[in-house]
Amino acid sequence: MERLIEILEEIKPEIDYTQCNNLIDGHHLDSLSILSLVAELEEEYDITIPAVEIIPENFNSADSLYRMIKRLQEED
Amino acid sequence: MGLITSYFSFKYMAVFLPAVIGLYLIPSRRFRRLVLLLSGYCFFWAVSGKLLVYLLLSTLSIHHMGLWLENINEECERLRSDSPKEQRKEIKSRYVRKQRRVVAFGVILHIGILLFLKYSPFFAANINSLFKIIRLPIAINIPSFAIPIGISFYTLQAVSYIFDVYRKKIPADNNLFRLALYMSFFPQLMEGPICRYTDTAHNLYQAEAVRWENLTFGMQRMLFGLMKKIVVADRLNLFIENVFTNYGNFDGFVTAAACVGYTIQLYMDFSGTMDLVIGSGQILGVRLPENFQRPFFSKTISEFWQRWHITLGTWFKDYIFFPLSMSKPLKKLTGRARKRFGNHFGPLAAGSVALFCVWLCNGLWHGAGWHYIFFGMYHFVLILLGSLTEPFVIKAADRLHIKRDSVPYRIVQIIRTTALVCIGELFFRANGLMAGFVMFKKIFTEFSFKTLHDGTLFSLGMDLPDYIVIIFTLLIILIVGITQERGGRVREIIARRNIVIRFGVFYAAILFIIIFGAYGKGYVPVDPIYAGF
Repeated sequence: MERLIEILEEIKPEIDYTQCNNLIDGHHLDSLSILSLVAELEEEYDITIPAVEIIPENFNSADSLYRMIKRLQEED
Repeated sequence: MGLITSYFSFKYMAVFLPAVIGLYLIPSRRFRRLVLLLSGYCFFWAVSGKLLVYLLLSTLSIHHMGLWLENINEECERLRSDSPKEQRKEIKSRYVRKQRRVVAFGVILHIGILLFLKYSPFFAANINSLFKIIRLPIAINIPSFAIPIGISFYTLQAVSYIFDVYRKKIPADNNLFRLALYMSFFPQLMEGPICRYTDTAHNLYQAEAVRWENLTFGMQRMLFGLMKKIVVADRLNLFIENVFTNYGNFDGFVTAAACVGYTIQLYMDFSGTMDLVIGSGQILGVRLPENFQRPFFSKTISEFWQRWHITLGTWFKDYIFFPLSMSKPLKKLTGRARKRFGNHFGPLAAGSVALFCVWLCNGLWHGAGWHYIFFGMYHFVLILLGSLTEPFVIKAADRLHIKRDSVPYRIVQIIRTTALVCIGELFFRANGLMAGFVMFKKIFTEFSFKTLHDGTLFSLGMDLPDYIVIIFTLLIILIVGITQERGGRVREIIARRNIVIRFGVFYAAILFIIIFGAYGKGYVPVDPIYAGF
């Protein structure tokens, strides 16, 4: 989880990722930031994130991102 | 000309909608479902007549394709479970290829009809121009077709259904009635919002009875929309028409005023229509997705497009941007670019290719014209520039000790974003691309306050009282917007007050629209702008 927060802070530093739970719905992350994030997560966690997983439910908070990463790791 | 021309027409507001609500009060769910479906088809027929056949064709085709995709999937799973492990991957990829062919067929069918009906005159005219330039003595006949109402909206709904079944986001629906409801809900047929199957299909099929809370909240929302449209958008119409048609006659100040005026008009017209549409849906117990989230509070162009015509933006994001930018070739490009340019700029390479496609489609979706394509490219460049310069802006702000979350900084960002949006809308509304450039140039080369002093501004279809009414109404809308931005729910705040205040607000809103609405002699209502897209 700590590493995930670090990755998020590298992409958009001004957000408190331990508290924020509306990264998409609150317009904190735009499409290009999501693309950077996906590329970084895929490399860091050795997973493939398909386009269908890019939904607010998965990307709205660090927690939901972490759950998606774990799920994709198990599926692999 | 159809029987119904707009959601704000007398026939819709005073005849069609009350008749549907009246029938909807009958306490039988099956009957209400039937009312919803037949009212959708009657509405479509009242606007587009026999072109209703296009909607029926589209509904039947997605029903069939959904089941086709599901059958392929079931066959694949059966075969995989009966096969040894080493063959399963190959079986899956074989069946995925089969499914992709079905999806391609569905997309080509739907987008093909849209392109053919809406864009073939544009393409033919441009091919003729090209022949002329290279001096070929050939000319193609420029075709002209009757276009069914809302084709740009329901086509995207149909395509999203096919993709969602293919991606297993939703199971194929074998209930043709439910799919027909999803494709034909009358409040959204003309101007959206562009719904997904998961947004409305089951909600519509539930056909909930009319509830008092939904009725009052829905009516309040409709009144708010009426105010935006009739008091502001229609009042601005003569002025906007005048300046954009005779743009050569006016100086930079009037042109800039018309540019800002059109941006306000477009927002009031489209978001007002959405209030009416969502309010109509709410009365019938159907929750439609929001299309606007106070876009003029946006700090960047990228944020603006997350708040303006949201359902179109998310459609492009889900079905064009992410599938393209995460396709194998672009992922490879991202990987290479990240190594070379780092984490921020690397993904921008692939992102910009996908973003270019999105904004080309966005421009073309709005209409067949070069100024629409320019409008798309303008926003593509602005969003890309915003992303490219972001790290430098952050560094510069830090060095200058500017707090980026401070109110003054945010206000500057909002003003800058609004100015950029207004320039985009100037090209969007201009009578062609060249007219757009002439008007844009005038703002900078022929700007003077003379027309403000000599009264020109008050003789172009709007006088001083018109300006006062518009500014006052915009202030009301601004206060509602600020309350919503802070998380307040205006209708719930009103609902918590006592009965005198509740009804007072309600009647005041009705009276305000009756007194200050721009209708009757001397006014020409603006045509539903987005219904033409």
